[in-house]
Amino acid sequence: MNLPLSNHAYGEHDLVMPPDDPTSHDDADIPLETRLRMYRMLQEMRQFEKRAYDMFMQQLVKGTTHLSLGMEAVAAGFGAAMRSDDYTFATYRGHAHTLARGVPMEGVLAELLGRANGLLGGKGGSMHLTSVEHGVMGSYAIIGAHLTIANGAAWSAQYRRSGQVAVCFFGDGTTNIGAFHEALNYAAVFRLPVVFVCENNQYMEYTAIGDITAVRRPAADRAAAYGLEPIVVDGNDADAVHLVAADALEHARSGAGPVLVEALTYRHGGHSRADPGKYKPPGELEAWLAYDPITVYRGRLERLGVAGADIDAIDAEVASAVDEATEAAKNGPLPDPQAAFTDVWADGGHTWRS
Amino acid sequence: MAILTYREAVARGIAQEMERDESVVLIGEDVAGAGGVFKTTTGLLERFGPERVIDTPISEQAILGAAMGAAMTGMRPIAEIMFSDFFAVCWDLVVNEMAKTRYMTNGQVTIPLVVKSGNGGSLRFGAQHSQSIENWAMAVPGIKVVAPSTPEDVVGLMAAAVRSDDPVLFFEHKGLYSSKGEVPDGPILDELGTAKVRRSGKDATVVALGLMVSRALAAAEQLAERGIDCEVIDMRSLVPLDAATVLESLGRTGRLFTVEENPRMLGWGAELVAIAGDDGFWDLDGPVVRITTPHIPLASADSLEDLMIPSVDRIRDEIEQAMKG
Ligand SMILES: Cc1ncc(C[n+]2csc(CCOP(=O)(O)OP(=O)(O)O)c2C)c(N)n1
Ligand SMILES: [Mg+2]
Repeated sequence: MNLPLSNHAYGEHDLVMPPDDPTSHDDADIPLETRLRMYRMLQEMRQFEKRAYDMFMQQLVKGTTHLSLGMEAVAAGFGAAMRSDDYTFATYRGHAHTLARGVPMEGVLAELLGRANGLLGGKGGSMHLTSVEHGVMGSYAIIGAHLTIANGAAWSAQYRRSGQVAVCFFGDGTTNIGAFHEALNYAAVFRLPVVFVCENNQYMEYTAIGDITAVRRPAADRAAAYGLEPIVVDGNDADAVHLVAADALEHARSGAGPVLVEALTYRHGGHSRADPGKYKPPGELEAWLAYDPITVYRGRLERLGVAGADIDAIDAEVASAVDEATEAAKNGPLPDPQAAFTDVWADGGHTWRS
Repeated sequence: MAILTYREAVARGIAQEMERDESVVLIGEDVAGAGGVFKTTTGLLERFGPERVIDTPISEQAILGAAMGAAMTGMRPIAEIMFSDFFAVCWDLVVNEMAKTRYMTNGQVTIPLVVKSGNGGSLRFGAQHSQSIENWAMAVPGIKVVAPSTPEDVVGLMAAAVRSDDPVLFFEHKGLYSSKGEVPDGPILDELGTAKVRRSGKDATVVALGLMVSRALAAAEQLAERGIDCEVIDMRSLVPLDAATVLESLGRTGRLFTVEENPRMLGWGAELVAIAGDDGFWDLDGPVVRITTPHIPLASADSLEDLMIPSVDRIRDEIEQAMKG
């Protein structure tokens, strides 16, 4: 018997290359205003993370951080499609998803610097960005858990009949942990208003996903097991993502149950700041850099008649916003030492004995 | 006043809170249609309907995740983990998520949920269905831990747990499910973090939890006949830990014993003994003694299990020996 994967061997997966036609969604029915908004988001994410990277190099940012350079179109496409009261559940690679919901850059950057004006007062850090007032219900750093938690928020929305949808972003590697499978079955059984978005950047840490996954498409090929449609989208084209996002949100909001989306993309950098990404085979990064979500989108705007100068103006506005956020973050005070003892409990304190 | 079994008291406590607050919902494996494998949720589906009492797949992570996400967004879920041993397959949700999310988000998120679970041995279920895991839970900052020993406490502490804005692990003792006790009529609301003196005495303070409470009380009766008058404290809650009640008692008796079902290393009594060393040292008239299950997994044979979990005889003898020094 020749099983489909009987000749699958570690290290022998095919290269997954980007699409070659950046014009495919030029005609998409998306208002220019929305497109300009998405372009601005892409720029914010990109410029913000580049700055975060620089500040790492200056040793202003401690610990670790996980950049989504090259993957921004997923966050922008969904961010622009979500209702303001929808819930975002992100991972440790969550800067872009946090900014996509309108969270100000200053708080995010200050959090990376461990300052009191950080989004979490310096108690969470890069991997746990949360802003409940913006619907960002958290960034989670233990693989898999937040898919199950997103289900809970979706369940609550369903129970309260609020019409909210929970959108949960995670990586390709996450499709191989048990919680992914528990969460999908659970969401399907209870028809929860949740959209699961697999950002397939083709690597789990330093290992190519194709080398350690029994199916070619880590999320889409699992969809059938939970009675879901296999949906794959070009994750580097914000318009493509936006259209799929709008449909998925509408589906979930209408009570028709969960949606699983696999967005194919690529991580320009390493997994985290410690990783130079030497395991990437020759030609792969170059091909994906040539299909950068920002150049793809800028090209589209130009073809649609937006003047280069107007686009440059957006870039410049974002650049000065990033500069301002940088200054504010750097000037932020260190957390009050007492802050380490607050908010263990809902009463604000940390007492465990009488 | 009614006589209820401990398992009936669980359902009564949950029903009391579901009646009071629409945001209270119950999920778990076989909790709805079947009324729970330990029959602790019987009648709740019929009374509150399938939107509020829900049978789940065998997905402990998904169950706890659902409870947490719902709690973060306005609900007060109660989730059941059938046997506490099964926390091992979903401990991430407890330790990394529920316990830390409030802290890490600088107080942005509140997680008012209860995870109820059948805990403890004495039913001959063997090493994977008999553990006392309350000490795992109390080792994690951010989780409240209660373990009631009487039907009345079950109702009142369940109410307190549901109304708490913090995540609470609610350990029901499997060996107590069929035990009976008087429960006052009408709503009952108890307080987390409070121990109860079950028997007053002047010679020794004996602190117990869960199934060990009734055994400690029986041992105390026998010791009284031998001239040793024990005060027996039911700890009830491990986080917060009512150290004050124990220290106050120790101040009067001068001797401290713990009776713990958990395996010996780092059992809850070890923390209590350490506190006594710090804050009650000058009250101590003799060594503190921990009476525990040895540091072993539990065997299934009744003869072996009975040898391992502290029995009335062992509790009595160890206390007597220590008191006679
Ligand atoms: C349960 C668990 N196992 C391992 C890790 C370590 N880890 C952090 S990120 C990561 C890779 C995840 O890959 P993927 O899901 O593709 O997300 P990506 O980082 O590519 O966005 C691993 C293994 C973890 N955080 N949690
Ligand atoms: Mg990945």
